[in-house]
Amino acid sequence: MPAPRSARGFLGWLLAPERRGPLLIAPAIATLVIVNIFPLLWSYGLSFFSYNAKKIGVPPRWRGLDNYVDLFTDEDVWGRFQNTAVIVIGSVAVQLVVGFLLALLFAREFPLRRYLLMLVLAPMMLSLSAVGVFFKLFYEPTFGFIPRLVQTFTGEPFVILSTPVKATIAIVFADAWMWSPFVMLLVLAGLVSVPKYLYEAAEIDRASAWRRFRTITFPYIRSLLLLALLFRTIETFKIFDVPYVLTEGGPGTSTETISVYLFRVAFNYFQTGRASALGYIVLFGVIVLTSLYLYAIQSRSSESIE
Amino acid sequence: MSQREVRSIGTAGWGRTLTAAIISLIYFFPVLFIILTAFKSRQDALAWPVKFIFTPTVTNFVSVFYRTTVEGGEAEATGFGLYFFNSLFIGGSSVLLALIIGTSAAYAFSRFPLKGNETYLFMILTTRMMPPIVAIIPIFVLFRIFGLSGTYVGIIALYTAFNLPFSVWMVKSFFDDLDRDIEDAARMDGSSEWKVFRKICLPQVYAGLAATFVFAIILTWNEFVFALLLTGTQTRTVPVQIVRTIGGSMGVDWGLMSALETLFIIPVVLVTFALQNQLLRGVTFGTIRR
Repeated sequence: MPAPRSARGFLGWLLAPERRGPLLIAPAIATLVIVNIFPLLWSYGLSFFSYNAKKIGVPPRWRGLDNYVDLFTDEDVWGRFQNTAVIVIGSVAVQLVVGFLLALLFAREFPLRRYLLMLVLAPMMLSLSAVGVFFKLFYEPTFGFIPRLVQTFTGEPFVILSTPVKATIAIVFADAWMWSPFVMLLVLAGLVSVPKYLYEAAEIDRASAWRRFRTITFPYIRSLLLLALLFRTIETFKIFDVPYVLTEGGPGTSTETISVYLFRVAFNYFQTGRASALGYIVLFGVIVLTSLYLYAIQSRSSESIE
Repeated sequence: MSQREVRSIGTAGWGRTLTAAIISLIYFFPVLFIILTAFKSRQDALAWPVKFIFTPTVTNFVSVFYRTTVEGGEAEATGFGLYFFNSLFIGGSSVLLALIIGTSAAYAFSRFPLKGNETYLFMILTTRMMPPIVAIIPIFVLFRIFGLSGTYVGIIALYTAFNLPFSVWMVKSFFDDLDRDIEDAARMDGSSEWKVFRKICLPQVYAGLAATFVFAIILTWNEFVFALLLTGTQTRTVPVQIVRTIGGSMGVDWGLMSALETLFIIPVVLVTFALQNQLLRGVTFGTIRR
């Protein structure tokens, strides 16, 4: 390519129609490269070293693949993945069921619907940490609402966060409360996309309610349910704020999710190299799930064009 | 197709309203309970069964900003004024930056498709789906090396990048929705690309830009992990201080905690109402519109 002869020539070259797209995208890509991509590559490098982020003066020590080998053979890491999986499965399942039922409730227009909808939708817009604090107050053993309510009926003190099972349920409850409205929104979008004439035709055929649901409604909400499932799985997999604030991973390490564990390794023990390696393993999982999500989005949009 | 509100199939009567009202109130109860507690005196806050009728007081809200921290001491400013300012200032500036950079990229992705665009869009979304705790590990180290920890510049730069993927995908979805006929006609008449953008496309997405702005502000206002690790005493934001407050005290000061939470969430709840029509698009980063 010949070098531009003058400033104006260069400017002309730069602003040519075929460079419009790249030029407009450049600032965004540059920002992400500087603030996100570069640090990530850097931590990729760090994942092969032993390094302490608190001692910037001490140079990193080369460990090769040892960080990864350690992680894959470490039972603690495996246990944290299991904790996370239990919370993901429990919470996403509850979200799908509750969200679906809420969507059926709100599918029809009725007086004041808009205002009542707001009450139900509000939780998902709240701060994750604020919801953690909420439920910490609710579960508080002596004056918390839920322990007192249970005590009214049983007469015995009820300490929620004392056993692993109860603590896990407590987290699932808080997370599902927050995110069921998300599923509701998606299912509602599916329900209203069903063409009315199909129901009218079913009316004429005197199809049963179950049959109407299975053959007309469900095919229209299936793809959105799948999207909701994937999206919530990705997000719940990352769950940090709620267990961090609510249980701090306890009792013991029974509710320590992989994100909370990562936080401890990185910022309590300051094993920055090891944390970087674990971060990469987690990141890989998220990238796979995100690709699945986008794939599902694309097949849904090509479905609706056909 | 109308995008004006969360749409419905058919109608139902007041019977449905009653059922929905009961369920909605139960669902909203945790929020309501906190808001009510915030206005209660210490005695009323701890009363059982829960008091729904009581003499409201604003003492708790005063003590959010001014209270005695040691037994018998004088009331001192708690710094929450500063933290609220920080949350707004950091949120506002980073979202504004992200929106400017993001709109330009979104327009390009929508109007000048190039080979490799899909890859860029995927990359942009991935940076957003990334667990914050993974992203923060190297950033924490780099911020320390470059002396950015605890500075406004550092946290605003980080939040700009944090809001950018969201802005690009959201604004792109609004540009994608536009009817192309008008701009094509303008191009035929010899309008410059700049004019097409400035006079035709941009005005049509003002509402979308406003929704994106508000959404991103909420996301930033709510953000906890980055703020916890990268803000200092001068730049601390509200959620960090709330968690510190509940973790720090020996017993829970119910009125104070409730007042804090109320001040923190009320803006979000109110704004959510205004955003109702764009919620679906917003919570899925513009990937699902209908």
